[in-house]
Amino acid sequence: MDINLTLIIQGLAFFATALVVMKYGWPHIMAAIEDRQKKIADGLAAAERARAELRDADARVAEEIKAARAQAAEIIDRAQQQANHMLDKAREDAQAELARLKAAADAEIAAAAARARQDLSRQVGELALAGASRILQREVDAAAHRQLLEQLAAEI
Amino acid sequence: MSGNAQSAAGGMTEYIQHHLHHLEWRVGPGSFWVINIDTVVVTLLLITLFLGVFLTSARKATAGVPGRFQAFVEMVVGTVDELVRETFHGSSKLIAPLSLTIFVLIFLMNFIDLVPVDFLPWLGREAGLHYLRVVPTADLNTTLGMSLTVFLLIQYFGLKHKGPGLFFKEMFTAPFHVHGTLGKILLAPVNLLLRLIEEAVRPISLSLRLFGNMYAGELIFILIAVLTLGGSLTHGAAYAFGPVQLVVDFAWTAFHILVITLQAFIFMMLTIVYLSMAAEQH
Repeated sequence: MDINLTLIIQGLAFFATALVVMKYGWPHIMAAIEDRQKKIADGLAAAERARAELRDADARVAEEIKAARAQAAEIIDRAQQQANHMLDKAREDAQAELARLKAAADAEIAAAAARARQDLSRQVGELALAGASRILQREVDAAAHRQLLEQLAAEI
Repeated sequence: MSGNAQSAAGGMTEYIQHHLHHLEWRVGPGSFWVINIDTVVVTLLLITLFLGVFLTSARKATAGVPGRFQAFVEMVVGTVDELVRETFHGSSKLIAPLSLTIFVLIFLMNFIDLVPVDFLPWLGREAGLHYLRVVPTADLNTTLGMSLTVFLLIQYFGLKHKGPGLFFKEMFTAPFHVHGTLGKILLAPVNLLLRLIEEAVRPISLSLRLFGNMYAGELIFILIAVLTLGGSLTHGAAYAFGPVQLVVDFAWTAFHILVITLQAFIFMMLTIVYLSMAAEQH
């Protein structure tokens, strides 16, 4: 239990150890720890930034999809309008053509009817003349009664 | 334990005294000029172990992903560093490494106490060493040596952080403050006395606390070992005391794990507190 020279040796050994730790060990480890802390902090900040960027990009994408959808709807709208327009126009054209063709046909029919009536009246006139001449048994001056006959035919 | 009570008691006393005797090297006349070889050698071995581990991991330390071993060293270093930062508000390059050294070194020295009490002395006897007392912190020289180093550092910190003027002035003006010249002159001796007591008590309490705990711990291990002293397989007492010894020894070892850690921590913490008190103005 005596205090002896060991005291001084132990004190010096302890202090020397502390000095060695201070000089050769501590700074390295603290530097490594601080570096790593900084690295981790940077990494976390970068991750946070990336997340924010992703959020922005997502928002932008959603916006663009919305715009594209609106544009598509507009295009479809316009196409539909155009189609309707074309359909209407075609219908109108067709109706006009129909009316025109009908009118032409009507006119032709009328002309043909008139022509037929004319032929018929002429034939009736000739028939009447022939009948009359047969009845009279004599020469009827066709030229002299033509006017009369024609008048008759026109009346039929 | 059986047989002649006189010789058993003598054997026990001799056994205990033998265990408490250092391997000494007399370097000069007088009781001071003696070196406790066992204390010094064990301390140096532990310092080598500590520095070897610490410096190796310090050299290999990178900012990359740490391995298990690296993480362990950094955890200890980080804990000590944080403690120092919380307590000591000045800036000092020495105090954190000093605290780490104190904690780890005292812990390692205390840890030797957990080695079965007869094992290393038996090895020493086989190697031809008559005495071997292996727990450095159960040697007052070690604890007093460390606490005196801390004491000198306290004075150095006081001088450095306050400047010599304030340092010496505070010896006479703190802890009792008074206005007026007469009061100051009257209180100066009181203050000086208190200051001297305060400064003297610190290293003594630091070293005696650690020494007392470790010495008592070692002594109790020795007493537990005494339970079956001189016993052999032919003695009935050995069978009676053997199991008791096993249980008690286990209990005391388990409890001692707490003690050695706590004592190392207390020594470190008080050193930090003393140094920060020395650096701050009153």
